[in-house]
Amino acid sequence: MHGVQITTPFTQEAVRSLKAGQMVSISGVIYTGRDAAHKRLVDTLDRGEALPFEPKETIMYYVGPCPAKPGKVIGPAGPTTSYRMDPYAPRMIAAGQTGMIGKGLRSKEVVDAMKQYGAVYFAAIGGAGALMAQSIKQAKVIAYDDLGTEAVRELVVENLPAIVVIDAEGNNLYETGKAAYKR
Amino acid sequence: MRTITFEQVASAVEGMCIKANTKIGADVLAGLQKARETEESPLCRAILDRIIENDKIAAEEAIPICQDTGMTVVFVDWGQEVYFEGGSITDAINEGVRQGYTKGYLRKSVVNDPLERVNTKDNTPAVIHYNLVPGDKVHITVAPKGFGSENMSALRMFKPADGVEAVKEFVLQQVETAGSNPCPPIIVGVGIGGTMEKAAFLAKKALLREVGKNSSNPYYADLEKELLEKVNNLGIGPQGFGGRNTALAVNIETYPTHIAGMPCAVNINCHVARHTEIEL
Repeated sequence: MHGVQITTPFTQEAVRSLKAGQMVSISGVIYTGRDAAHKRLVDTLDRGEALPFEPKETIMYYVGPCPAKPGKVIGPAGPTTSYRMDPYAPRMIAAGQTGMIGKGLRSKEVVDAMKQYGAVYFAAIGGAGALMAQSIKQAKVIAYDDLGTEAVRELVVENLPAIVVIDAEGNNLYETGKAAYKR
Repeated sequence: MRTITFEQVASAVEGMCIKANTKIGADVLAGLQKARETEESPLCRAILDRIIENDKIAAEEAIPICQDTGMTVVFVDWGQEVYFEGGSITDAINEGVRQGYTKGYLRKSVVNDPLERVNTKDNTPAVIHYNLVPGDKVHITVAPKGFGSENMSALRMFKPADGVEAVKEFVLQQVETAGSNPCPPIIVGVGIGGTMEKAAFLAKKALLREVGKNSSNPYYADLEKELLEKVNNLGIGPQGFGGRNTALAVNIETYPTHIAGMPCAVNINCHVARHTEIEL
């Protein structure tokens, strides 16, 4: 599974070139965040303050990794279910974030924001945390260390495997894929 | 009378927490391999290859299969002729969880209170179900439960007149609504009968059954086969990308119930369906 190579920063040109159903390999710097971190990030935006990282043209990976064993960069790190980030994702997209990696369904509000601002939703393989960790070459906590596994991390990834589930036009593999195999 | 100590229980639970989270069961792996052979979607075949590869990497490197190493659910069948020495059995189990999740580099995913939400930092407390049984043996099952799939579970209190059709409709509706969220291919546990909490317990217990093994009751075995086929006909497929294999198994457990009711619970498990057991 290789597919289209994506390198960060994830520009509008790259965003618009992707179509739902494509396999991709993501390389470069990405950021992690899940429920508790997103709440803080959006609270920060609400106060008009700067985020711990510049959100423009970034990809956010919804993940709470396991602790790293000695000698490892990170523990297993597969995607968490994305809908819990739906209340926050439109704000992050409006702030310039162009990619999200997670798994599972998204709300209409998220898809609307993706179409309006230009963003792509990727699914990584849920439950394949050991495999995904092999693509993570560096990891450091850059904010909210007190949240433990939920802290915001900056990851350097190489060929992180993912699938375009919802593209910037709103095409949705979860809908078309299911319809194609329904009996 | 046999004696079992605090240390014996704690040490057994510690080992099982690590084993369950790093080594997938042979039955689940066989189910995934069968799904790989029958899957019609090329994308989903590639996904199933990756899932199987992931299970192998985890076992070889002794690292968790999935980063959500779950809330630890423990089933204890305690022989009535066994004396426990060293304090509280519950404390011994929680000590095992604490040690296992720390030494095994497992993720600590438990918060102290559902609303206050401060991480307990050692994955305790476990959810423990005790059952007193005849004899002088102790049987412990450790089943770490991830919440991507747990969140997709539900319970309904049907009328007796609703009958088996209501059960079928509920199971299918629950799987369809869950879609890609619980990391398909899933295992569907169905508990029917008893009281409200008994049905939920049965649904959880149904997830412990070996994949590929149907109910010993022929009526429920047929119902399981019918529901598995219908679930797979939904087309959700591995990871929800569209395909033939949405579930590896539908397991039903039942219990006598009241003349006025028919409780029914659906507990969904992801493809990282973890459980391991030991007899002391």
